Amino acid sequence: MLETIGLLGNGFLIVFEPQNLMLIIGGCALGLFIGAMPGLGSVNGVAILLPLTFLVPPTGAIIFLAAIYYGAMYGGAISSIMLGIPGASTAVATTFDGRPLAKQGMADKALTAAAVASFVGGTISVVLFTFFAPPLAHVALVFGAPEEFALMMLAFATFVGLGGDDLFKTIFSISIGLVLSAVGFDIISGEPRLVLWDITGFLHGVNFLILAIGVYGIGEMIWTVEEHSLGGGKSMLSDANVTVKRTLSNLRELASKWKSIVMGSFLGYFVGILPAAGATPGSLMAYGIAKQISKEPEKFGHGAVEGVCAPEAANNAASTGSMLPMLTLGIPGSPTTAILLGGMVIWGLEPGPRLFVDHSDFVWGLIASLYAANIFAVLINVAFIPVFIKILKTPFTILAPIIFILCLIGGYAPTQSMHDVWLMVIFGIAAYFMRKLDYPLAPAVLAIVLGPLAEPALRQSLIISDGSFAIFFNRTYAGPISVVAILLLFLPLFKMVYVKLRNRQAA
Amino acid sequence: MTVRTAELLMAITMGAFSIYLMYKSTELEIGWIENEGPGGGAWPFWLSAVMLISCLGILYNWFRRKGRIASSDKIYIESHVLMDVTSVTVALVITVGLFSFIGIYGALPLFLIFYLRFLGKHSWRLTALLAVLIPVTIFFFFEITLKIILPKGITEPLFLPLYKMFF
Repeated sequence: MLETIGLLGNGFLIVFEPQNLMLIIGGCALGLFIGAMPGLGSVNGVAILLPLTFLVPPTGAIIFLAAIYYGAMYGGAISSIMLGIPGASTAVATTFDGRPLAKQGMADKALTAAAVASFVGGTISVVLFTFFAPPLAHVALVFGAPEEFALMMLAFATFVGLGGDDLFKTIFSISIGLVLSAVGFDIISGEPRLVLWDITGFLHGVNFLILAIGVYGIGEMIWTVEEHSLGGGKSMLSDANVTVKRTLSNLRELASKWKSIVMGSFLGYFVGILPAAGATPGSLMAYGIAKQISKEPEKFGHGAVEGVCAPEAANNAASTGSMLPMLTLGIPGSPTTAILLGGMVIWGLEPGPRLFVDHSDFVWGLIASLYAANIFAVLINVAFIPVFIKILKTPFTILAPIIFILCLIGGYAPTQSMHDVWLMVIFGIAAYFMRKLDYPLAPAVLAIVLGPLAEPALRQSLIISDGSFAIFFNRTYAGPISVVAILLLFLPLFKMVYVKLRNRQAA
Repeated sequence: MTVRTAELLMAITMGAFSIYLMYKSTELEIGWIENEGPGGGAWPFWLSAVMLISCLGILYNWFRRKGRIASSDKIYIESHVLMDVTSVTVALVITVGLFSFIGIYGALPLFLIFYLRFLGKHSWRLTALLAVLIPVTIFFFFEITLKIILPKGITEPLFLPLYKMFF
């Protein structure tokens, strides 16, 4: 406990270095902007901007990207409330009551509620994070290859069991991500492997960033082009009447909603830890529970302030929660943290529990930066609400070409190879067509990041056990993890059988 | 083309791709090597096999018309959406193609002019302003600050004096 506080203190010293402080403020502002723009969320922002972070040391880079992640969670609420279009999928639940409030001329009330709830959710979850992470990392220190592999299978199994997408398409997405990560060289024998169509460009592998920017940059933008073409994005912008007096009375009213905010924070944090769940389902669940525990559930959907507080607290808490498995176990808790994890590999850090021992500055700098980012994000958010509302009026046709260009340069920068740029464009176009057919793509991005870690873990385990898969079941930690993973994998099957049996009984 | 037809075509394409990946994986040993563990091809081979099985599963659902996509007879892409999406995508592909010839500073202004003026219908003044401002910002940010040299094609000699000035 005391040791944790001491390490956190060190983290704050890192955060208060002028360069890092500037990165946090810049990241928060950028994140707020990205979150507020419909069609762009934290994952898009982090994927497109990761190549820019090669300029600063790893600690600065992760602080900057985490601030973007954080800011985007705040920003998503702005367009949900003002436009009725979620700024990011994580802010979908915020539209349910935020939009009706705005239509009733109480946009300021909704915006204040969102900002305060986000702040409380963020703070509670960061405190939980601070005290949960070191013990978990400590336990994980004894993990060997079989445990690592079992954990990764658990991460994939949550997508199959809890992801809610088509079963076969989810499994397809995971496998293609893993196979793409195997392109290049066989890590153990050093032989060239899967050099597709003998194009030499594939010899240096398929960089996870190429897939991430393809899917979340180019694919997402083409998707948004379609939405605009269908007539979306032309919604009416509400007016927000922000005065000090009104804000104070809004804050007083919010104090009575503390229950839904605290509930959302805890729920969001724990849902966020699960790889397939994350901020979007977390905020939707928080909305549902807030409605159930409310004294006036009939108000939900027509402008209940709790309906804004609960999901906003939850999505911020979830974004922190998803960093817990990323930092302690090396397993990302969300697509955004998957990209952060990939970034860590590029910066030369080995993800996993040893980070806490070997790169204590990096870990505690990041944790302390979350405290700071939380404060800056709420201040920037409240102070510049009118500015963000103006930005929302920027036409899509100005923003879109700029984002496309950033994607192209972002794809070129890490390897400086045109082969990668082409590949990224192909991934982007394919992602658009696949998304139209409900193929989930987040599992593929997670898989291409975890692939290079999963394969050696599997091969080492099998070498230890001389080819027997029993090694994943007869060890203290690997056993239970594998069993849970298998149960999750078969969850859709159990559900199907259950529904069939019930239907038969009913008939 | 209906959503249902698109689903079928996608599953077949991806299934064929899986078979290609399986074939390509066999260039390395896919079985067990004595004292070395699984061969280098095993991991991608079995995963490609899982991909293929998933595609067969998607096809099975397609025949049973099970699920929102497999049972949908709606149009896959509306014609006016297709127009917009195609013009953006083709512009993007041409831009990337031009990178190697007239360089990024030749291709980006063209892309911006096309997008802002012809797709976005913005004024010539705004278009010209952004078509100059954005590439200049990119040059100073990426090449000068980050020291990432971007492709220039035949325009390379024009940049030599600039490099001399900043490096």
